[in-house]
Amino acid sequence: MIHSATHHPGFLSPTGVEITFLLVGLATLGAAVVTVTTRQLVHAALWLVVALGGIAVEYLLLTAEFIAWVQVLIYVGSVVVLLLFGLMLTKAPIGHSPDADSENRWVALAVALAAAGTLVWVVADAFRSTWIDVHHGTGQSATKVTGSSLFRFWVLPFEALSVLLLAALVGAIVLSRRRADVLPPAPDGSTAPHGKDR
Amino acid sequence: MTLTALAALVPALPFLGAAAGLLLGRRAPGFVRPLAVLPTATSFVLAAIVAARQGTGRPTDAVHRLTVTGSVPIDLSLHLDGFSVLIAVLVGLVATCVQIYSVSYLRDDPRYPSYAAVVSLFTAAMFLVVYSGDLMVLLVGWEVMGICSYFLVGHYWETEAARSASIKAFLVTKLGDVPFLIGVFALGADAGTFRISGILKATAEGRLHHPTVIALLLLAGVAGKSAQFPLHTWLPDAMAGPTPVSALIHAATMVAAGIYLVARLLPVFTASAAALAVLAAMSAVTMVGSGLAALAQDDIKRVLAYSTIGQLGYMAGALAVGNRDAAVFHLLSHGAFKGLLFLGAGVVIHAAGTNSLTAMSRTGALRKRVPDAMWTMGLALAALAALPPLSGFFSKESVLRAAEHASAGDTAHVPSAVGWTVLVAGLVTAVLTGAYATRLFLLAFLGNGPDAPDHGRQPVTMTAVLWVLAIPTLAFGGLTYRKLPDWFGGGGPLGPTLVTSVLGTGLALVGVLVTYGAWKAVAATRRAVPIGAVVAEPPTEGSALADHLDADSEPALIEAEAEDRHKEVYGDVATAHDPGDPGRLLLGPLHSAAAHGFRLDAAYTALFVRPVLAAASLVRFLDRDVVETWVRGAAGAPNLLGAAVRKAQTGNVQTYLSALLAGAVVLAVLVAVGG
Amino acid sequence: MHLVYPAVLASLLFCVGLYGVLARRNAILVLMSVELMLNAVNLNLVAFDTWLHDRLHSGQALTLFTITIAAAEIGIGLAIVLLVHRNRGTADIDRLTGLADPGQPLALPGPPEPGAASGHDEKAEATA
Repeated sequence: MIHSATHHPGFLSPTGVEITFLLVGLATLGAAVVTVTTRQLVHAALWLVVALGGIAVEYLLLTAEFIAWVQVLIYVGSVVVLLLFGLMLTKAPIGHSPDADSENRWVALAVALAAAGTLVWVVADAFRSTWIDVHHGTGQSATKVTGSSLFRFWVLPFEALSVLLLAALVGAIVLSRRRADVLPPAPDGSTAPHGKDR
Repeated sequence: MTLTALAALVPALPFLGAAAGLLLGRRAPGFVRPLAVLPTATSFVLAAIVAARQGTGRPTDAVHRLTVTGSVPIDLSLHLDGFSVLIAVLVGLVATCVQIYSVSYLRDDPRYPSYAAVVSLFTAAMFLVVYSGDLMVLLVGWEVMGICSYFLVGHYWETEAARSASIKAFLVTKLGDVPFLIGVFALGADAGTFRISGILKATAEGRLHHPTVIALLLLAGVAGKSAQFPLHTWLPDAMAGPTPVSALIHAATMVAAGIYLVARLLPVFTASAAALAVLAAMSAVTMVGSGLAALAQDDIKRVLAYSTIGQLGYMAGALAVGNRDAAVFHLLSHGAFKGLLFLGAGVVIHAAGTNSLTAMSRTGALRKRVPDAMWTMGLALAALAALPPLSGFFSKESVLRAAEHASAGDTAHVPSAVGWTVLVAGLVTAVLTGAYATRLFLLAFLGNGPDAPDHGRQPVTMTAVLWVLAIPTLAFGGLTYRKLPDWFGGGGPLGPTLVTSVLGTGLALVGVLVTYGAWKAVAATRRAVPIGAVVAEPPTEGSALADHLDADSEPALIEAEAEDRHKEVYGDVATAHDPGDPGRLLLGPLHSAAAHGFRLDAAYTALFVRPVLAAASLVRFLDRDVVETWVRGAAGAPNLLGAAVRKAQTGNVQTYLSALLAGAVVLAVLVAVGG
Repeated sequence: MHLVYPAVLASLLFCVGLYGVLARRNAILVLMSVELMLNAVNLNLVAFDTWLHDRLHSGQALTLFTITIAAAEIGIGLAIVLLVHRNRGTADIDRLTGLADPGQPLALPGPPEPGAASGHDEKAEATA
């Protein structure tokens, strides 16, 4: 882009932000890999917390602090809790479970590696010489800008989204509700209140 | 109404009756009987009026062209002359009698509505054949009769005999109809029209290119329809149908259609001496062979069937010597007395509970139980044997006179050898006819022995029609033979001459007396050998129809029951091992062959049926094992491939998704590299 | 900052999630992997929003929407998984092969599901 033409920071001169981004990114990636490979199901959920938290840090580094806090609140705060509830309600084995991966894993690995190769190659090829001006919006609160744009330009999709959430809420209740003629209301209807939190 | 309109109504009424009967048969059972009898009776009256108004006048022709049909036009045309109006009266009379008779005879039959409707349709078709002036329209009636005959013969389709007889009747007549159709086309192509008058005109002008071929092709159809050798074999078997059907089809109408057609087209045949010779040989073989066969039959109806074949042979002989007046004269008188014979046979079978002459000859009191049948059948049998002064005498003498005339070489176009053939065969047949008629009468009515089980009184409708038909049997010939030549357009005189009447009557009397002597001679044997009765007992056990039989059961059921049991007891439908049979004494070693129609069916089986069956099994093999293999292979290979592909359908979503994403990656790489 | 960093990180996270979706047996772990993939996309959205200095902040708004939808998806998905677990006695994806083709023409219905026989017990336990 234009920025890359005007002041060229140089590929081999990383700034502090870049180094931080790289290190946090490596940690995030490692946590994600552990999430999808660990044989202890509860640990997977906890490693997911690390990965999602790392991504929240990356948001911060990209100056999107509002998204970062939303990420922490929703993902780390409730989605993972929800997932843990799910694990418990489906009586997932606690501790080492050797059959956490299906027989499909070698195929999955091949497909994932091929996809990763392709994506990295394409992305690197496309954005080899593109820089982000991270400090462009300094002085003005990004949250304020985001909020005003959200309630000014994106208000209609935003309201539509609330309807979607309502529908998801009702759907979750309907799905997890026990048949009245089979059993009385069950304690694991607890998914529904959590769904409502969203 | 005009004459034409009246004549058009004659075939239309039974047709409408048939349609209405078929439509209303189940819904309104009360209408079935009036719908069966009234249209036919009305047609009879109308036919009589038409005959009276037409009289001896010039032939009436009426033509209506419905539509253009290409190069050779097809017209709805009526042709009324002496032949057609008189035969129509005969058809109407017999059909009316048969319908009235059937009301009683089939009174409890659940299929009576369809039966009556088909009989009506049959009658309409016969009227159409008689009145039509166009060969194509005639052919329509001809074929409708064929299919109606199939239905009626197979009326008791529960029995194997009736099923095979109906199929045989249909196939054998069709075997003749195919060449007949080709012949009609050839005739139409040569003459440029299907109008009979046009064809006759063309023949007179010598415009027919292949008269011999055409005549022989037509003869094949005539032989099939009129049961002439070698296509006669269906007629005896067709006795599996109800008796009124036998009376209608096999006496008065369908078999008469062939003779009538040749009579109408006689100039086509006289144009070819070869065709006449073939016709003469055919008729001679038919006459003598059927006479011999009739003498050996045990079933009363089969005797009558063979006698019908023989009498049709007389008519064919008369046509072979170029005298259609005599042929139609004999057709008329024969129609009356043969209808009577069959209907009487139905009464006798009902009374005796059997159709076997052997069993009847051991049964007393039959003459007391059915005096009407005995007297009327006696008259009709005398007419069949051509004893004066019954009508059969006059008509048969007319035939013999024509043959004698031809044998002297006095008839144009007819070789004298043809005349001699017909004359000699006719005289021999006279002896045989006398013999089998006498045998029938003696065995049926003059038996001795215990009484047959009583099946109740004969309904008055059944006996009344016998007397109605007895009138023309008695008087028709003698009263009309002088006037008929006028009706027939002024041919030669009809009726007996001194030589032929002395010869014919004398020979018939010889046959009668010899049979009577033989009957007396074996009387002691007959008393000594009580043959196992095939009488339908009122409560019979172990038979398909036993449940329906009671003391007052329907005549038709008793007949069906009797025919069913005949084969069971004697092992054969045609014959019984009875040493007290005068026919056995007279025929000697010929008896067995004659009883089976000279093994013609066996010969046909060996010659045609077996090769066809072998070819069919070959085709079946080719189809099942050769063609089918390829078909199976064509299905099997995709099936195997499909099974292989189906293995991929494991139901595991992750597998599916892996394949999907791998494909997406491949596409992305292709786009990235190629784009 | 170089745009390649977030972009490559997002790609790799996405592929890790992809592997998890394809390889994990437990349905809840599959849902976790889906979350990873969604987050990778979110990261991309945010990075490109920052790079382009979009006046409307479409990238961030879209990220919010994605997060919301992901939350809804998790709610519904967990409800479904619970239902499946309640009915079939298992949450293992590779055992839910009810749509499998029997593989043979006119064969009997497939082998009985292991969970089907003990479905009542599972239900009773789930209730307890």
